[in-house]
Amino acid sequence: MNPLRALLFWRPGSYLRQGVATLRLRSRPVTAPTGRFFGAHQSLSVIVGMAIVTALLPFIVLLPPFSGFNNQTSFVDGFSQAGVWVLLAVGLNVVVGLAGLLDLGYAAFFAIGAYTYAYGSSPFSHNAIPFWPMLLVGAAVAAIFGLLLGAPTLRLRGDYLAIVTLGFGEIVPVVFNNSDTYTNGTNGITALGQPTVPFYTAQGFDLTSPFGSLSFGFGNPVPYYITVAAIIAITMCLLYRLQDSRIGRAWMAVREDELAAASMGINTVTTKLLAFAIGASTSGLAGVYLSSKLAIVSPSQFGFTVSFTVLAMVVLGGMGNIWGVAAGAFVIYEIQSQGLKQLNVFFQGVNLPALHLGFVNIDLATINFLDYQYLLYGLALVGMMLLRPEGLFPSRRRRAELHDVDDAGAANQEIVQA
Amino acid sequence: MDVGIVIQQTLNALTIGAMYALIALGYTMVYGIIELINFAHGDVFMVGSFVTLWLLTTIGVQGAVNDPVQLVILLIVMFAFVMIVMGLVGVLIERVAYRPLRNAPRLAPLITAIGVSFILQNLIQATYSTANFNIPQVINTDARVSFTPPSFNLAGVAVTSSKVDATAIHIFIIVLALALIVGLQLFVRRTRLGRAMRSTAIDREAAQLMGVDINTTIALTFFIGSALAGAAGVAWSLNYGLTKFDIGFQAGLKSFTAAVLGGIGNTTGAALGGFLIAFIEVFSSQLGYSRWSEAIVFSILVLVLVFRPTGILGQQLAERA
Repeated sequence: MNPLRALLFWRPGSYLRQGVATLRLRSRPVTAPTGRFFGAHQSLSVIVGMAIVTALLPFIVLLPPFSGFNNQTSFVDGFSQAGVWVLLAVGLNVVVGLAGLLDLGYAAFFAIGAYTYAYGSSPFSHNAIPFWPMLLVGAAVAAIFGLLLGAPTLRLRGDYLAIVTLGFGEIVPVVFNNSDTYTNGTNGITALGQPTVPFYTAQGFDLTSPFGSLSFGFGNPVPYYITVAAIIAITMCLLYRLQDSRIGRAWMAVREDELAAASMGINTVTTKLLAFAIGASTSGLAGVYLSSKLAIVSPSQFGFTVSFTVLAMVVLGGMGNIWGVAAGAFVIYEIQSQGLKQLNVFFQGVNLPALHLGFVNIDLATINFLDYQYLLYGLALVGMMLLRPEGLFPSRRRRAELHDVDDAGAANQEIVQA
Repeated sequence: MDVGIVIQQTLNALTIGAMYALIALGYTMVYGIIELINFAHGDVFMVGSFVTLWLLTTIGVQGAVNDPVQLVILLIVMFAFVMIVMGLVGVLIERVAYRPLRNAPRLAPLITAIGVSFILQNLIQATYSTANFNIPQVINTDARVSFTPPSFNLAGVAVTSSKVDATAIHIFIIVLALALIVGLQLFVRRTRLGRAMRSTAIDREAAQLMGVDINTTIALTFFIGSALAGAAGVAWSLNYGLTKFDIGFQAGLKSFTAAVLGGIGNTTGAALGGFLIAFIEVFSSQLGYSRWSEAIVFSILVLVLVFRPTGILGQQLAERA
């Protein structure tokens, strides 16, 4: 990096403008031409960042407001659950944030990944394939379905794609629900195999057994936590490298102006298809991991609310910014699973007087905040789009694009004045 | 083969189709004028059914009203009230969530539309609950014309026949929907405001230059579309006597499919598509595939979009630059 650019980029002002997101050891502007060197650099910061976060998060239980909520095991268990959503969000980010395609049936690929693992390793299917290869198989199967759905539909206008994916997201759980013979219907498939520690058998370390046979077990969430952190770190590295590659630039070009991208020689259909497939495969990964953690899959886990929640995470986190989206997903999941519950507990404890405003009665102590979860998402989506479309942790390029209209307007003003 | 069942199911399909058609009109009008899939539209329909419930509870109607004069007045009040309220809700949604984003990238209003959909669902969930709510069916469910078509032999195949019940509710909903559809056609084709809507749909800027008030026209489109969804909500209440906070999602998706099938942006097409989708749904259930009826409808949606994205009656749509 040349010294001038380093100076420009590291100056304190740019930290202030970019907010917390910059504290991720990144030392290059997003808009800079990116080469191999910076790709490698990004991977390093992802791995270091994830390692630090993973190591520090469990100690949150020692901090005052959190220490009263739960014990450390529940916290770690919650975090490994949150990891699923982080994975889903960084995957959907490729589709929505980078390529600008609205995918409303994202949960379908999640379901496909989960059921793939259920076929690979459960008494129902009489298979017992180890977890680790199944991760890749699940991702691949989900990607294939992404291609199958995307190939005919990605030629359509963007908003038709939204509705087709919405329909697909509805059909997939229906199919899993109705095909009793193959999926055990509403009851789902139970007693899935647990992941095993690589290179470990009951006798200890064993180089000849790459997938291991020592099972993770159910009581201890720590192995699941570490596994999901590793999956996230690897996925994020790959996604960063993709984003900074020729394909990533093509995605952004298609997002910003499809016609212009096509005239620059980008094959827009293949580009979009690839984004779709990569998003789907990440969702498939998350599905395999979640089903192995819960040891059960059932159609009701993969409804429209899942797709919607992930979308809210991506939009809130900042479309196009991988770390931002990951942080958004984590924060929203924790608010949803812990925060709202704690709000209930808090307001039941403080005994505020009930408000009577005409016919509206508000008694905070009796409100179940969990009921308002989707109302909050809805308000957040509308509010974000109106006030801060680039999300809480924006990618710089995305922000520039979303404020395009204002800038163009300002430019016109200047021309008029001149 | 039973000709009675076929006639009965045709009646059922026409009734359901009438509701889908009314909802689909809102989708198609909004898409026609601002090229936005209004995801919240199905929920406007759902809120319409709850407004009906609220109105009937407030008036104190318990069940069927048998005095014809009272019934007619009550129906007029119900439709007028719910349609106006839902129309205003539609205008409000457009004003708050869509108008500020009219020049934003296309993704932005789609995302707010989903947000609005969830806000509407949750407001109902918070004011009522997630339970099923019974709505008094003001038209007597026993009022019906029953007949048995004759059995006959067709080229050696015995065609039996069972009793057909044409209930007053079915007939009323079908007639009302057709009247609204025709009324809308006349409004769009024959009036000044209708012409403003058509010209705005074709070229917003040119229309503006010709003196059309764009904001009012788009607001009017939302008013009419949402009012029709409100009418569908009343029709739903009359027909099923039951509502729930999430009926808007399925009905909305099916109606959208209807709008696409008929050719999005085309009001006649939307009405036609609504009836077609209802026929497909009702007859696939009759043939024993009721669990698959949704999957069938969405597969049709995908197939139509892939092979004939302009729908049955639609014109070629250019990609907006």
